[in-house]
Amino acid sequence: MEQPFAITLQVESSLANHTGSWRVERPQYVNLMPPCNNACPAGENVQKWLYTAEDGSYEEAWRALIVENPFPAIMGRVCYHPCQTVCSRAQLDEAVGINSVERFLGDLAIEKGWSIPVTAPSTGFKVLIIGAGPTGLSAAYHLRRMGHAVTIRDAADLAGGMMRFGIPKYRLPRNILNAEIARIEDMGVRFQMNHRVDNVQDAIDDGFDAVFLAVGAQIGKRAYIPAGEAARILDAVNVLHDVADGEAPLLGRRVVVYGGGNTAIDVARTAKRLGADEAMIVYRRTREKAPANDTEIQEAIEEGVLMKWLSTVKHADAGVLKIERMELDEKGFPQPTGEFEELEADSLVLALGQEVDLSLINNLPDVEVREGTVHVDSNMMTGRAGIFAGGDMVPAERTVTTGVGHGKKAARNIDAWLRKEKFEKEPIPKVVEYSDLNPWYYSDAPHAVRPRLEGARRASNFDEVVQGLDESTALYEARRCMSCGNCFECDNCFGVCPDNAVIKLGPGKGFEFNLDYCKGCGICVTECPSGSIIMIPEKS
Amino acid sequence: MSDTSVKFYQVGSFAVGNRLLPAAAGSVQSDMERTNALTSGHRACQGCGEALGARYAMDAAMRAADDKVIAVNATGCLEVFSTPYPESSWRIAWLHSLFGNAPAVATGVAAALRAKGRSDIRVIGQGGDGATVDIGFGPLSGMFERNDDVLYICYDNEAYMNTGVQRSGATPAAARTATTQAVGPEPGNIFGQGKNVPRIAMAHEIPYVATATVADLRDLETKVARAMEFRGARYLHVLVPCPLGWGSQSCDTVKIARLATQSGLFPVFEAERGEVVSSTPIRQKVGVEEYLKLQSRYSHLFSPKRRDDVIDKLQAAADRNIKRYNLMPEEAGEL
Ligand SMILES: Cc1cc2nc3c(=O)[nH]c(=O)nc-3n(C[C@H](O)[C@H](O)[C@H](O)COP(=O)(O)OP(=O)(O)OC[C@H]3O[C@@H](n4cnc5c(N)ncnc54)[C@H](O)[C@@H]3O)c2cc1C
Ligand SMILES: Cc1ncc(C[n+]2csc(CCOP(=O)(O)OP(=O)(O)O)c2C)c(N)n1
Ligand code: SF4
Ligand SMILES: [Mg+2]
Repeated sequence: MEQPFAITLQVESSLANHTGSWRVERPQYVNLMPPCNNACPAGENVQKWLYTAEDGSYEEAWRALIVENPFPAIMGRVCYHPCQTVCSRAQLDEAVGINSVERFLGDLAIEKGWSIPVTAPSTGFKVLIIGAGPTGLSAAYHLRRMGHAVTIRDAADLAGGMMRFGIPKYRLPRNILNAEIARIEDMGVRFQMNHRVDNVQDAIDDGFDAVFLAVGAQIGKRAYIPAGEAARILDAVNVLHDVADGEAPLLGRRVVVYGGGNTAIDVARTAKRLGADEAMIVYRRTREKAPANDTEIQEAIEEGVLMKWLSTVKHADAGVLKIERMELDEKGFPQPTGEFEELEADSLVLALGQEVDLSLINNLPDVEVREGTVHVDSNMMTGRAGIFAGGDMVPAERTVTTGVGHGKKAARNIDAWLRKEKFEKEPIPKVVEYSDLNPWYYSDAPHAVRPRLEGARRASNFDEVVQGLDESTALYEARRCMSCGNCFECDNCFGVCPDNAVIKLGPGKGFEFNLDYCKGCGICVTECPSGSIIMIPEKS
Repeated sequence: MSDTSVKFYQVGSFAVGNRLLPAAAGSVQSDMERTNALTSGHRACQGCGEALGARYAMDAAMRAADDKVIAVNATGCLEVFSTPYPESSWRIAWLHSLFGNAPAVATGVAAALRAKGRSDIRVIGQGGDGATVDIGFGPLSGMFERNDDVLYICYDNEAYMNTGVQRSGATPAAARTATTQAVGPEPGNIFGQGKNVPRIAMAHEIPYVATATVADLRDLETKVARAMEFRGARYLHVLVPCPLGWGSQSCDTVKIARLATQSGLFPVFEAERGEVVSSTPIRQKVGVEEYLKLQSRYSHLFSPKRRDDVIDKLQAAADRNIKRYNLMPEEAGEL
């Protein structure tokens, strides 16, 4: 072939040289389990909806969220967000404010009136749900989306369970609660309120194909406290229920609440709002050991609620309580000290936990009861085929979010059972650890803290205490997500490969390795911010 | 309804790309249509920093010069691994002459283009540290003093890698090479020798001098683009870790470059006409040990006996850079 002037060699491209043959290990893109998703009791794909929200696609993000949980606006207020406790970003600066973004999306959906169409064809199956708390409502929602006919029966006049009759409205405004429940009603779920079920067998005989029990734990636990005739002792659940009903129970000027859980805190804060001069929590262990959520303890203290840790109530009389000081032993258990003091109190509210009213299953001997709760198998089914149970009435953490998760899980299993199939859960991939990430690439961006009503002012009314984020703050917060374990298309692998062996497929399509040229150096793995690439040995 | 006033895009400017940014604001390397000046199939070792640095720099130069670039390459790894006859990995106009004459050849190409009135075509000379700091140093200095219209890029892997890791004037103190063995009371390369070519270039008062590394792509690309805004002699010194010569893991090439900057051992700065005009602040300060311990060329500082005396001397050198180039402005109270 004739060469141009001064060109003596016929040049070919090095693409003929397949350097991929040097490789002993190859990179592979993976999708791992982000810690937030793994911790969510409702099984939310937190990372996915954050990712979707990050470019402002809020409706799409909300729709991704409600695939798992129908209550983003409620969650954004009452969920104790275990996702944030484990969020990897906490090890870099502060956890992503997942809960605030969830609330932002939930509130936006209510404002915009986004609805949930039922697209699945009718299955012809009829399911009865007993109890319209978060557990029952979640099950109803999911079963309805699958095309089943769903009826909910509840003893109360309004749906919501403890979300309405327990959690005070300064934490969960009723218009929010109502809006998210109404959306489920709009999907065609039938609500039969003021309809207490005393015998589940009768309900089954009404022609339902499956039943889900979600009656919660309604009965306040009593502790034996010697008391004079005139002592005023109330039960926390009843007090809160009355307040929710619009009746103000007579608590007096000085209120003592006995217990260290969230209910105790809610009652004390409610007492303040009802006009008590003094609301004091008496708990036998320390603040650190109290089961109540620490932010709620903090908020209560800010509102002027007094705390008496390491104390038990020994005797109650009209206007006065006898308190014994406790001490923690080496094992961390409180032990009596024999030191007593007197405390002026017009009323004593017991917030010592709740028990399940099991009377409705008295006639179902095959439904097994263990230590006061109903035993279910890994499919949420009781000992009686076709009867499922979940939420506060089964042994588990008692939170709204757990209830929502139980409702979803039960719905999937009920659906499978009705179709005579078995629900197979997808295997959980490896959970991402902070050491899998390359945090260098995430720019410094501290957590946008939601504004709170200032303590003394909020203690006097039932206005919502925690306010929401505005759009730009919510967007900022969403963008703090590090996308642990899943590619978010930062192009690092495409850039850092010295062999140009990463193929960029275009926005939304991700990347591929060109194994003809990948020498297996592993730089892409080290430099991937989110730990979404691993090296695997090459088959020899 | 996305709010464009939010100026936070999940990853900062350190990542190669960002899906939340418009494509025009992206780096050259994030562009699916980048030149790939040095394409696949080259014979550089796994994880070669020099191959990476050259593609980063040349792709950026191609974008800055509307694809009109002629590159002149000195002998060294970059030339050898990219052009074994009959293959070439270069997708740009590229020529090679000798080990020591790349700046002179580049000067000649620039002169020819001037004669032809082709000021649109830009000339880049490039070579390893041996070619730049040692054997090609005379021609380079001449190119500087004549202010020839060439951007010269040195890919500094701190030794003569192509011939088997011999010491160069850019080899750092205490590092083991084939010619500075880790023996005797002062093992490895001796302290107090070597040349700092970015500073020597500055002393020529040429229009533009800058340093960069493969750990900060955006910075490197910005400097190449900035260099192309000037006419006359320009110098860019890029730190490119070499897994083989430094005894590091191939996957750690970018990480090691990052640690070099974050420890202060490799200052990243820009100078115009002999004056430093900006430096890149250290973002996450690390001690030199973090950097040293990933490289077996320094392993004699940690075993069989830990040589705190030597490590301290290297730390002092890093601290001096931090002061000299104001790498921690917050600490110095100047921010
Ligand atoms: C004061 C208080 C504050 C709380 N705060 C929080 C919080 O901030 N965050 C959080 O996650 N969790 C909180 N919880 C816990 C949470 O409210 C419960 O875990 C959750 O509501 C349980 O849901 P569930 O659906 O299982 O039961 P429930 O919410 O108790 O609902 C059960 C429903 O069943 C109905 N029912 C009962 N018996 C029958 C019957 N025989 N026939 C028909 N209907 C019946 C009831 O009327 C009720 O509507 C709080 C609890 C209390 C008491
Ligand atoms: C005049 C001359 N002397 C010696 C050599 C052998 N030689 C080829 S490349 C090289 C070392 C190159 O070192 P450097 O410039 O640092 O580039 P690197 O290979 O490290 O990238 C040597 C000594 C040569 N080609 N020509
Ligand atoms: S950074 Fe994002 S993906 Fe990682 S745990 Fe936090 S919210 Fe989940
Ligand atoms: Mg070299």
